[in-house]
Amino acid sequence: MSKIFQHLVSSAVPVPIENIDTDQIIPARFLKATTREGFGENLFRDWRYEADNTPKADFVMNNPIYSGQILVGGKNFGCGSSREHAAWAIADAGFKVVVSSFFADIFKNNALNTFILPIQVSEDFLDRIFKAIEADPKAQLEVDLENQFIKIVSTGEKENFDINQYKKTCLLNGYDDIDYLLSLRKEIEQYETTRTYNF
Amino acid sequence: MGKTLFDKIWDGHIVVSKPGHPDAVYINTHFIHEVTSPQAFDGLRKRGIPVFRPAKTRATADHNVPTLHQDQPIKEALSRRQVEMLTKNTSEFGVELYGLGHRFQGIVHVIGPELGITLPGMTIVCGDSHTSTHGAFGAVAFGIGTSEVEQVLATQCILQYKPKRMKIEVNGQLGKGVLSKDIILYIISKISASGATGYFVEYAGEAIRRLSMEARMTICNMSIEMGARGGLIAPDEITFDYIKGREFAPKGADWDKSLEYWKTLYSDSDAEFDQVLTFDAADIEPQITYGTNPGMGMGVTRHIPSLEQLDEKERPSFKKSLEYMDLQPGAELLGKKVDYVFIGSCTNSRIEDLRLVADFVKGKHKADDVVVWIVPGSKQVEAQAMEEGIDKIFAEAGFQLREPGCSACLAMNEDKVPAGMYCISTSNRNFEGRQGPNARTFLASPLTAAAAAITGKVTDVRELLGQ
Repeated sequence: MSKIFQHLVSSAVPVPIENIDTDQIIPARFLKATTREGFGENLFRDWRYEADNTPKADFVMNNPIYSGQILVGGKNFGCGSSREHAAWAIADAGFKVVVSSFFADIFKNNALNTFILPIQVSEDFLDRIFKAIEADPKAQLEVDLENQFIKIVSTGEKENFDINQYKKTCLLNGYDDIDYLLSLRKEIEQYETTRTYNF
Repeated sequence: MGKTLFDKIWDGHIVVSKPGHPDAVYINTHFIHEVTSPQAFDGLRKRGIPVFRPAKTRATADHNVPTLHQDQPIKEALSRRQVEMLTKNTSEFGVELYGLGHRFQGIVHVIGPELGITLPGMTIVCGDSHTSTHGAFGAVAFGIGTSEVEQVLATQCILQYKPKRMKIEVNGQLGKGVLSKDIILYIISKISASGATGYFVEYAGEAIRRLSMEARMTICNMSIEMGARGGLIAPDEITFDYIKGREFAPKGADWDKSLEYWKTLYSDSDAEFDQVLTFDAADIEPQITYGTNPGMGMGVTRHIPSLEQLDEKERPSFKKSLEYMDLQPGAELLGKKVDYVFIGSCTNSRIEDLRLVADFVKGKHKADDVVVWIVPGSKQVEAQAMEEGIDKIFAEAGFQLREPGCSACLAMNEDKVPAGMYCISTSNRNFEGRQGPNARTFLASPLTAAAAAITGKVTDVRELLGQ
């Protein structure tokens, strides 16, 4: 996976539905690949395509007016299964940021490990983003990871977001958790000697 | 101040805790399966590193496997490839595999406990969100993504932020026909599919204490369906009795030493939780879901909420959900015709579940136009069911007893509910398409599902139970 950006200005794709679960993001029947690539074509598969594979005209990803590297979803985005394939599908479809007012825990970890930035905003700000896109499908959002803010460019409305400093460093530098854990090998072996039980 | 059970276990497994960093937490047991592990093994290969502690990882094939003719090669090419990849990876990296044909094969969250691998006080992870099941033993167990599977394979540790603590107490006694599945569906319907996100839940109270290990597993299993990182229950005599004598459980002096430790695993009386919720078991009736997330549930005799009962903001998602289910706001579900009944999954496929269902259906026959699939959680459950003659009861009732696997819970194999059909299911998720494209799921307990199998429609099982 590639390094993340520090600063991004892009239009966004809105999916204003609550509780978007990972089965919708990538249905189980598409989890049979053994690599991380190629999941993007099945992102939101059953919302995006009919059973005979014709695109559903009313789904936002099939409407050419909407494009961009930012996906905006309703509250409790990414609930359900722990499949990291959901984050891979989003990345593979070209998104670098997911915005919602609330993320499920496992999805948030998976997104960060896939170098996708999950930005949690207030319900009010999420509404404003949806309204801005409704008014102008090409409405630009500005995301600044270094300074931790997201802005609706046309109106100048801005909100700061939280991100853990460790994860921020990882994202900005392309480090992953395994690099860090491997550097702790001595401490891990030391810890193992302190365990007195058989587990 | 005292500590919660969760804190005792978590804190005891911290290898390194640095300010601003997530904790590096040591993992005692790591389960893997064919779907979420191949990319993790690939990662190890790319880094040129081995599995750090191969004996602490166990593998099984469950998500993709057919539930008929398991003695023959898997027909579906992609599934076969994934299962073969698991065999290759585990053999190359020295990990024990209970694959197809092995007498221990089964759903990962069924075999861990039944083999005595899952023990109190452990940290347990698996690339599957229902890993919370193992919390029933007083373990800190949670689901992880594939990058995290790779972390654990590489270092036996995982980087995690410590979740907040929630206690859910269920006091009083359960009514007739009400199972642990009803308790957890009830709780989720009250607090929503995201009501415990960010928390690790401890279940307590008299109604929980009285439950068998199987029933406790059902509750902990569905912790993730309210967003919780995991759920656990303090171990007690019921726990110790269950574990004793199992295949990999500690024996002899090891047992005594373990037991001594396990008895320290409870939340201190002055321990503080970030949130405490209390429910009364007497308020819980058999539950059923009507929507497309597990929070959209209700007592089986109740009516689906009407639009007026909901916040305006909730209405679009609610309407979308009911359109998918082809149900009307305000309607009741009692008497609604069902097409399929699925009794299985890591939530409800243990021997106790099969016994309960067999006991209920003995001498009865399924309704004509209902297809009934019973999928045991493991080869051991299957063997036990046959030993007890449960297979014959099912055959006489017109139920199909199939071979172990995740099956129609997520429909990765051929066990799919056809589009537009209604399935009453003992599994854990009623998401759109979960049981097959455009399939419609009602989540319920094994008894409520069995009742529907007999009558062919959504039924209040209490009316079919003797006094």
